Amino acid sequence: MQETMFIDPQRCIGCRSCVAACRECSTHKGYSMIFVDYIDRAETTATMPTVCMHCAEPTCALVCPADAIKMNEDGVVMSALKPRCLDCRNCVNACPFGVPKYNSEMHLQMKCDMCYDRTSEGLKPMCASVCPTGAISFGKYQDIVPLRRTKPVNAHVFGNQRVETKVYLMLPTDADEVTVDGCGVFEGRVAVDKAQPTESWIDTQVEESDKSNEF
Amino acid sequence: MSKVENLEKIIEQFGPHLHDAPHEGWKSDRVIDKIVPTHCPYCAVQCGMNLLVSENHVVGFEPRYDFPVNEGRLCPKGVTAYLQTHHPDRLLYPLVKRNGNFERASWDEALDLVATRFKEIQEKYGKDAVGLYSGSSLTTEKTYLMGKFARVGLQTRYIDYNGRLCMVSAAAGNNKAFGIDRAANPWHDIPLAEVLILAGANCAETFPVLNKFLWQQRDNGGVWIVIDPRETPTARQGDLHLQLKPGTDVAVANGMLNVIVRENLIDEEFIRNHTNDWDAARAVVEKFTPDVAAQISGVPAEKIVQAGLLYGRAKTGMIMHARGIEHHTNGVNNVLSYINIVLATGKIGAPGRGYGTITGQGNGQGGREHGQKADQLPGQRSIMNPEHRKYVASVWGIDESELPQAGVSVVEMFQKMREGEIKGFLSLCNNGMVSLPDTNRIRQSLEGLEFNVNIDFFMSEASRYADVVLPGTTWAEDEGVTANSEARVVKINKAIDPPGEARPDWWIVIELAKRLGRGQYFNFNSPREIFDELRVASKGGNADYYGISYEKIERQYGVMWPCPTEEHTGTPRLFEDKRFYHPDKKAKFHAIEYNPPAEVPDAEFPLALTSGRVVYQYLSGNQTRRIGFLVQQCPEPYVEIHPETAMKLKINDGERVKVVSRRGEGVFPALIVRTIRPDTIFIPYHWGEQLAANQLTNPALDPTSKIPEYKACAARIEKIHARELPILGKGRKGASQSEVQRGK
Repeated sequence: MQETMFIDPQRCIGCRSCVAACRECSTHKGYSMIFVDYIDRAETTATMPTVCMHCAEPTCALVCPADAIKMNEDGVVMSALKPRCLDCRNCVNACPFGVPKYNSEMHLQMKCDMCYDRTSEGLKPMCASVCPTGAISFGKYQDIVPLRRTKPVNAHVFGNQRVETKVYLMLPTDADEVTVDGCGVFEGRVAVDKAQPTESWIDTQVEESDKSNEF
Repeated sequence: MSKVENLEKIIEQFGPHLHDAPHEGWKSDRVIDKIVPTHCPYCAVQCGMNLLVSENHVVGFEPRYDFPVNEGRLCPKGVTAYLQTHHPDRLLYPLVKRNGNFERASWDEALDLVATRFKEIQEKYGKDAVGLYSGSSLTTEKTYLMGKFARVGLQTRYIDYNGRLCMVSAAAGNNKAFGIDRAANPWHDIPLAEVLILAGANCAETFPVLNKFLWQQRDNGGVWIVIDPRETPTARQGDLHLQLKPGTDVAVANGMLNVIVRENLIDEEFIRNHTNDWDAARAVVEKFTPDVAAQISGVPAEKIVQAGLLYGRAKTGMIMHARGIEHHTNGVNNVLSYINIVLATGKIGAPGRGYGTITGQGNGQGGREHGQKADQLPGQRSIMNPEHRKYVASVWGIDESELPQAGVSVVEMFQKMREGEIKGFLSLCNNGMVSLPDTNRIRQSLEGLEFNVNIDFFMSEASRYADVVLPGTTWAEDEGVTANSEARVVKINKAIDPPGEARPDWWIVIELAKRLGRGQYFNFNSPREIFDELRVASKGGNADYYGISYEKIERQYGVMWPCPTEEHTGTPRLFEDKRFYHPDKKAKFHAIEYNPPAEVPDAEFPLALTSGRVVYQYLSGNQTRRIGFLVQQCPEPYVEIHPETAMKLKINDGERVKVVSRRGEGVFPALIVRTIRPDTIFIPYHWGEQLAANQLTNPALDPTSKIPEYKACAARIEKIHARELPILGKGRKGASQSEVQRGK
């Protein structure tokens, strides 16, 4: 499979069409494996989709004690194999992108498998099919990149860990890699105005949500 | 009497309840019997979609990659649209209200009752004592039928449609300037425009798939100028955002044209040969220097200059607008002031040079073409024009003298209900208790009716006030055509039979006509037969459908009218020959002075309140507020407040506050964001009863289009004590995805 995904955050309009459509993939059983988040709603309407980046050396698979997470010949990292998954949630906690989620009803880790049931038949994944703006695109590098004014980047540095991914981020920068510092905060983030009313319920919700990465 | 006596019981019986899974749950091993290509039931992009059908249930969708407008893309409403079809709240049999409760009735019982009561009312008070309120989410066949049913079936002058709350300012502006009411360019022109002006259009939330074309334009190196009081997702993605005070659009548009004139970027040859009245328009525009425009609108003068230069200097450019400039007492003037810019620069009638209105409802274009408007006959003809009356009367087989005169707009119809002139009422495809301004007065109107009939497939907030509710069909259970915002006529195909005893709206209306003794004029057995009469009725009008057939639509992926003959393939782009639709074939400038909104902030009500939509809900929400996924993303309305304003009022984020206007008040959680002007607040309008933004909005009307001023009124915010908080849902728009999913 020559095709891969291209995530272009500046195009995201936050409609969560991808989130709704992900549920429709017949193997997903109504669960969505994609996330769209407001970056900082108090300041901006900017939003960003998160799909599995399909790492060349997937951290989720590296930390799995049961070897339940497999990568196929196309470089797609699959959901945990049900007979092997131990419910340990190592992968959920280890993924630097925060992608895998634990399904407490099914006792199974679930994550984006790039709609393998569709892509293996030559169809686009659901999210890339429905995305109105091209914030999520699926296709060949040579077909998509020349059309865009953004730069494809697939290397990410999290503190001491460098991760290369099958999925590209399309960024309006000259950088060759995305660097996130040790605190998980993007460099150059606009400082929050101290005069602003505190205790934003958005931040509270985000903090709460981080406590349990569950469906 | 039409009061709602037992609201809790009605809600328990008919919802809205949340439903969020296909028929019989999520399955991976279902046998799909057929895949039906059709279009989305929601907005006027009319995205193509395939419905997956299993055992007479729509069980999912598959992207329709071959349809050229959306190429498989859908917004979250489109993705989840199929969940309506088997929703537990569906109305499955006719309902008659007895002692305040809706009770099941047979079709004969219900239809006989409606016909008898309407006849009684009309015998006692005259034919015009029954009013009809229709809508633009219907197929064009049904909108045609509703216009004919009012004039020939009920023989009343009082019919209007919910496009009155949507498209009429654009329609009136287009008719005045161009002599025709249609977007001038197809969307595949958008990527060819160097500069795109989007005025009052948050297409990211209201028209998501249009953004495909916007981003293609961007990829080609194009620039967007967005004019909006809020930093919407569309405004954020644009290159230049003019963040004006609500209702000051004329000042901004005139200011930009002032810059264009001053820099001599006008097309004098075009103006001389193809337009009238430039001198008068120019004289007014000369007063609107960037400083004057800035003072009125609150937009920095440099930005107005920059916008004028960008558009004026570009070789190609398009201007598109939506409800943001149209929902005003100056709605038509706002539209005309932007059309002046188009005409002065001659950017019209060529690839990448054009103009368009962004329609709201799925059939917002088709629904304003064939006679369900108060003053309209099929083919965009006028009910005031003797020639037009004669032609349509001859198609309908009646004498011209039998054809009623023009009625009034819907807001005025509700006024006539309160005044006792309209006693009987039939509505379908609308929900006035959510969508009309000043909800409390709308309630009075409905409560005062002698007999009120509603057709819908879900019990809406307005249906609750009806004496008889008749179960209609969703879009997947009937066929017909719609015209999208480009005037591309597309075909909705039937996927499944209606559930229970629900019947297509056209069947219900024809059965009523028969019982009113007018069946001989409604001899239709299918939408195709209605369409065939519509083609003839529209022949020779501006919106000429004569050459359109269901087969041609499927073959060509839509046909853009006018399409006068069977050989004609349609008209994607208007005015290519620089000939307009006025008798002298010239376009018309209008001298537009600035007038403030009907109500401006003052000491008592110091904030400007504007209303609008969120991407997860559709119009009055009767369909979308029942879909679990959509409700999870945005379960209730909220009020956007700028942090500076919130500081002054000592309001915290998420705190419930009371918003008060001269007409009413409501309690909404605060969403404190820098993306709105400090002098402005915003509430989305999709909810009813105590959550209705329209409790507050101003019912003042544009003098020409009769559109209400939803987008600007004066309001104040009051802090409330904790114990007064109503117990409502927890989530709000702005929540992170993980949080939303956890609420499941």
